[in-house]
Amino acid sequence: MTRENEVILEVENLKAYYQMNYFGVSREVRAVDDITVTMRKNEVYGIAGESSSGKTSFIKVLAAAIRPPLRVVQGTVKYNFSNGPIDVAHATPEQIETVRWKHLSYIMQGSMSVLNPVRRIGKTFQDFAQRPLGLKGEAFEERVVNHLARLKLPPDVLRAYPHELSGGMRQRVTIGLATVCHPEFIIADEPTTALDVVVQKEVLQLIRDIQTEMGASVVFVTHDMSVHANVADRVGIIYAGRLVEEGPTRDMFFAPKHPYTAHLVASLPRIGDTQQRPALEGRPPNLADPPQGCRFHPRCPLAVDKCRKEVPPMEVVGPDHRTACWRWKDVEPLVNTTAPAGVMA
Amino acid sequence: MSTLLDVRDVSKRFTMGGLFGRKTIDAVMDANFSLSAENPEIFTIIGESGSGKTTLARMILGLEDPTSGEILFRGEKVDRHAGRAARLKFMSHVQPVFQNPFEAFNPLKQIERYLESTARRFLDTGDKAVIDRAMDEALQKVGLSLKEVRGRFPHEMSGGQLQRCAIARALIPNPPLLIADEPVSMVDASLRMSIVNLLKSLRDDLKVSVIYITHDLATAYYISNRLIIMQRGRIVEMGDARTVLDNPEHPYSRLLKASVLSTDDAGAGKLMTDAGMLDLATDSVGQAGRLVDRADGRSVRVYEGV
Amino acid sequence: MFSIFRDLVRYNVEFAIGLVLVGIMVVFAGLSFFSPIDPSLIYMTIPDQPPSAQFWFGTNSRGQDMFWQLSAAFKNSLQFGITVAVLSRIISITVGLAAGYIGGWVDRVLMFVNDIFVAVPIFPILVLFYFVLRNHMDSFTMALILACFGWPFDARLIRSVALGLKHREFTRHAVFAGMSTRKVLLEEHLPYVMPIVFATFMNNMLWSIGMEVTLAVLGFTNINNPTIGTVLYWANSHSAMVVGVWWWLVIPVILIVITFLGLFLLAMSMNEYIDPRSRLRRMGA
Repeated sequence: MTRENEVILEVENLKAYYQMNYFGVSREVRAVDDITVTMRKNEVYGIAGESSSGKTSFIKVLAAAIRPPLRVVQGTVKYNFSNGPIDVAHATPEQIETVRWKHLSYIMQGSMSVLNPVRRIGKTFQDFAQRPLGLKGEAFEERVVNHLARLKLPPDVLRAYPHELSGGMRQRVTIGLATVCHPEFIIADEPTTALDVVVQKEVLQLIRDIQTEMGASVVFVTHDMSVHANVADRVGIIYAGRLVEEGPTRDMFFAPKHPYTAHLVASLPRIGDTQQRPALEGRPPNLADPPQGCRFHPRCPLAVDKCRKEVPPMEVVGPDHRTACWRWKDVEPLVNTTAPAGVMA
Repeated sequence: MSTLLDVRDVSKRFTMGGLFGRKTIDAVMDANFSLSAENPEIFTIIGESGSGKTTLARMILGLEDPTSGEILFRGEKVDRHAGRAARLKFMSHVQPVFQNPFEAFNPLKQIERYLESTARRFLDTGDKAVIDRAMDEALQKVGLSLKEVRGRFPHEMSGGQLQRCAIARALIPNPPLLIADEPVSMVDASLRMSIVNLLKSLRDDLKVSVIYITHDLATAYYISNRLIIMQRGRIVEMGDARTVLDNPEHPYSRLLKASVLSTDDAGAGKLMTDAGMLDLATDSVGQAGRLVDRADGRSVRVYEGV
Repeated sequence: MFSIFRDLVRYNVEFAIGLVLVGIMVVFAGLSFFSPIDPSLIYMTIPDQPPSAQFWFGTNSRGQDMFWQLSAAFKNSLQFGITVAVLSRIISITVGLAAGYIGGWVDRVLMFVNDIFVAVPIFPILVLFYFVLRNHMDSFTMALILACFGWPFDARLIRSVALGLKHREFTRHAVFAGMSTRKVLLEEHLPYVMPIVFATFMNNMLWSIGMEVTLAVLGFTNINNPTIGTVLYWANSHSAMVVGVWWWLVIPVILIVITFLGLFLLAMSMNEYIDPRSRLRRMGA
């Protein structure tokens, strides 16, 4: 249990903005606006947020893929890897190179963006993993084949071209690619969004299995709350560039303390229920011109004057559970869900 | 009782490849169903990618010709090669709602342009006041107004609002049938329910029939009257939505239901799919079988010797 | 419209430089309308004078003031280039968009014709036209002929973009909104091919002026009509460099370089501006 509480990633007051200038129209998009979060070893941390909530930018910073016009304006992103700590927001490309793939790897949404369509899978494995693993020839091949076997992939896939595999197979290959070096931290960005439900479930199971087996930490990004319900240990919700709530998955689903979380959870219809589902009106704010105070207030049913003026701070509301809402005490789950025993209400 | 839409033994076969290695794909095989003109309903087509659900929708819209069989709309054959006047007449009765609202509007053009064109063409008028009134009425039906939409570009609106605009546009000619191909899959979770609820109210309040194409069993259960489940081009189960989904009978339908991620045990990390169920479902692929009616009103595909 | 112009000048160095260069050349060419002498006449002044306060660009061996001579030449050549480019753009947009969007046999027929035009060698054909038409071969006729040959590559480029646009959902949406094919092509698809049109406009001008120069230098055009090509033709036939009248060749070449550099910079910066992606970003998408 001590291992579980070791911190692998500390993000402090991270602000990352897009600064753009087009023919005199200059815009600053505050994609990540003051996010502080820590992630532990051996946990799956789910990040949920809608399109243009800033979650993709946040992930870019975590993945040390910060390219203009995105810029880290403030804050640190510190990983505690086994080869020493590193702040990827301020590290040099050479320093980042030492951790990439070996300690920090990614599973991306479209498998086609990692797998070169005109190269055999085996070649792609060589390109990505040979150097970080420091193995050559047969030793490398053996390592890869063994690893693929764990993912229930036959060694033949190494000789295949990406288009010869099904979508689910391809996604398994990219998982293999991301995990072959036994990284300590894996960033999974919408890895199952493009998959059919049957395959999605298998792939999620696979990610979960390999994570437990290797003891790695996974940041799992998806807008789909039902995926989080099944893979994440903890979930963090991002709204308009800010972390609005974070907590153990069960608490987030059965006792949310932020109205936005409550809505996200309630907006999932289930087979078997026919009661009218509440719909959230309005639209996510424009990050170039976010509303004053709490950014959710224009859409929030609980909003009071204070919410319109003052930014709510992150408050601890339970074990491991933080929320940024002035009225968190009044937040009720919107749909009658019977919470299993052991969940704080 | 008259029929609105009659899909009769429709099949679609695509031929892929060039001179060598030509292969055929049966996208849709022997699809049969009909919608009644008197009782508007939400008819759902469920399937995964490659199930043929989108091809079926394209055929109903007259964008693709069936290889065999025919599709009748109010007794008239849906024909891609009919003259422009006939096509326009058909379009004024059957309108589509597309999957990705951000793609359905040209990002460089104002949103109202599509509404205006629809009103001008299908109401056959050049009177600005009439067009504006038609646009506003249609937008009111989806909970928006012309004032909110006028002069706006697609990127100034959320996916949910855009999808409403798209639905409003489709409603301008007062069509009795809408074909909605995965209308919520690209819409953010918090806005999704508003679209689903809207489809429901179109049926209940405006008496519009909707063919709702989706891979999401939960929303299908929530809004549809009847549904069909398609696997690799074949309808494997068809019937009342609640009857079928509460207790699916075909192995593939059961697999689909079992694969829906449940939030009941959030955080418990239960994901296992029953391997036996998967095998059963894949066994039936490629077998013709036949649809058999059951006592509770559903039809299920059964295979000889099973 | 004016504000776009102002923004471009203020925030885009390439555009500003291009504008200045092209501006200079346009003014220079425009001066030919006020020319005190008819540029087609010869021995109007002292021959072979080097550039001086009286003759800014010197005079040539045919007794013409090079300033007014070149002014007329650039006017004619620019006019010629623009005519060819505009005409061939119209053909390539029409063919490219129609072939890409309508597809089927329309596409096959149009691309068949397209490929024939790509394959046919243009130079011998132009020479043939010259021999057939002789004195009727004025610069507008030649512009028409070149325009007929200047579109096929660009039509293919435009077609490839149109093919992609055809399958975008907004195209189908437009069809179900009752828009006619013409409307879909001109209003929905045209903005997406404008960057190609602009880039190829510039290339096409360059190509057609170059073609004109080649023909003129060989004497296959009306050599009494001053153009960049005929100026070089006469300089060559009087062995200008050998007899030391260097300004007869050097000044036109410098002016040509300025023209094309300016056109290139303008096209490049305009292209960036009208590119749908950058337009969308400016709009705040």
